[in-house]
Amino acid sequence: MLASIAFYVLSVIAVISAFAVISVRNPVHSVLFLILTFFTSAGLFVLLGAEFLAMLLVVVYVGAVAVLFLFVVMMLDVDFAELKQGFLSYMPIGAIIALALFSELALVASASMSAQGAPISIATEQVSEVTNAEAIGQVLYTDYLLVFQMAGLVLFVAMIGAIVLTLRHRPGVKKQDIAAQVGRKRSEGVELKDIRPGQGLG
Amino acid sequence: MNQDIDYITWFGINWPTEVEWALVKTGQILIICILLLISLAFLLLFDRKVWAAVQLRKGPNVVGPFGLLQSFADFFKFVFKEIVIPAGANKTVFMLAPLLTFVLAFIGWAVVPWGPNIVIADLNVGILYLFAISSLGVYGIIMGGWASNSKYPFLGGLRSAAQMVSYEVSIGFILITVLLLVGSLNLTTIVDSQADGIWMWNAFRIANFAEFPNNILVGVVMFAMFVMFFVSALAETNRPPFDLPEAESELVAGYQVEYSSTPYLLFMIGEYLNIVMMCAMMSILFLGGWHLPWGSIESLGIGPWLTSLAGLLVFYVKIWIGFFFFAMVKAIVPRYRYDQLMRLGWKIFLPTSLVAVIVIGYYVAFLAPAATHTVAGG
Repeated sequence: MLASIAFYVLSVIAVISAFAVISVRNPVHSVLFLILTFFTSAGLFVLLGAEFLAMLLVVVYVGAVAVLFLFVVMMLDVDFAELKQGFLSYMPIGAIIALALFSELALVASASMSAQGAPISIATEQVSEVTNAEAIGQVLYTDYLLVFQMAGLVLFVAMIGAIVLTLRHRPGVKKQDIAAQVGRKRSEGVELKDIRPGQGLG
Repeated sequence: MNQDIDYITWFGINWPTEVEWALVKTGQILIICILLLISLAFLLLFDRKVWAAVQLRKGPNVVGPFGLLQSFADFFKFVFKEIVIPAGANKTVFMLAPLLTFVLAFIGWAVVPWGPNIVIADLNVGILYLFAISSLGVYGIIMGGWASNSKYPFLGGLRSAAQMVSYEVSIGFILITVLLLVGSLNLTTIVDSQADGIWMWNAFRIANFAEFPNNILVGVVMFAMFVMFFVSALAETNRPPFDLPEAESELVAGYQVEYSSTPYLLFMIGEYLNIVMMCAMMSILFLGGWHLPWGSIESLGIGPWLTSLAGLLVFYVKIWIGFFFFAMVKAIVPRYRYDQLMRLGWKIFLPTSLVAVIVIGYYVAFLAPAATHTVAGG
């Protein structure tokens, strides 16, 4: 009973906040609703018994990715009224993409329903002997180790590419060199002068 | 260990229906919250007293004996003040931010094991849950900074967001070293794996000479991880010397500038609760949780009830000791500069913790005694 109440509350919040993401005027509010959507989806994952995925969703998407979204949206002065000018002209393309996505999802869901003759959540019941984290670890690091490592490598290359693209060396900029600071010796930094009375430093 | 979260055995009875279960859980949550808030009142005073003692002052000593009631006086002062909302502020987000900070600071405690069998939710992924909740803490600050519609709070909010995201990465790697050693994400299992005595506590594995010479390797690495966790916890909770989001001398008070009365109080409570949470995490991950330095709490040989209570007491004392170090750091360490903070996080802590993960992984895979293997596999 508690599980069904939780399911309905979470899904209603998820749907409403997902709708609010695209309908509110203020871009920052939009990102905040996106975060709420992520968070409630994590709650739905927990109800499905996929607590490891739920926690990863919160850590990665809510804790890191959405913070960057928020950063960008806050820093850029986005005028949403201006952006919405071309809304009608983009509408047909958007509708087609949405329709394609929806029909794909419906296809997958109906295929897996008819294949098993039961809801999808049954699949999780069978592996309840091992915990989520162990099951995912088995799949990622044993069965598909090579693919997993290759995916990591691709991400690594992308990261280095982004750094190379944005890195620029400007001449004449004063920078703190920690190694030089720490490696400085007394003989280099201090000079003793013998100053006679009445002469000054000259 | 009670994995079945559908039943509650706190009072020696299995509660049958979901409604009663929900009621009992609500009661437990209330007890924990009240315990936390009352502890917090005295921890705040303790913080100020330690700070004062370092500076050869007396600290708060007027309200109540030794100033014991100072925090309660402060509480009433905050609550009875008028809430001022700036005219240009985004009102909803402005009020939501302190509430969010406050709530997030509390919900992490749901998985913290206070003692043997004293835990509200014994999650399989408890440590990940704590990590997830602490990574959400940044939203309260960044929302407060943005909604104030003012420059200082905004700068403070941005600083704090960058700082917290940076140090979360190294905290994540430090958690992984502990998880590798223990082989479980469950907090109760993590505590129980450190049961035998101080030489099994993850921070002091070097004393475990039964494993010589591997204990030197693991001990040195894990002690370094303990220190790094402590420093990262300071940065993550915006405590001095990393309190740049609210650096008084340059940003007035950072994201809190426009806040007054109760919303400000909520921010402060949330901030201090996060600090206490970090102390609790240090105790669970590195200092053996509720176990005694000379052996497990069960070895006292008192009944299950008293064992739980004694465990709670030990855990509580460890939290206070952790908080003492937080207070001492605040009193004696000067503030970092922002570029130094970022350099420490990305160029020193991140590579070091990454190497530590590899070293500990090597130890667990090739050097550890067979017992650790069975824990890791099962």
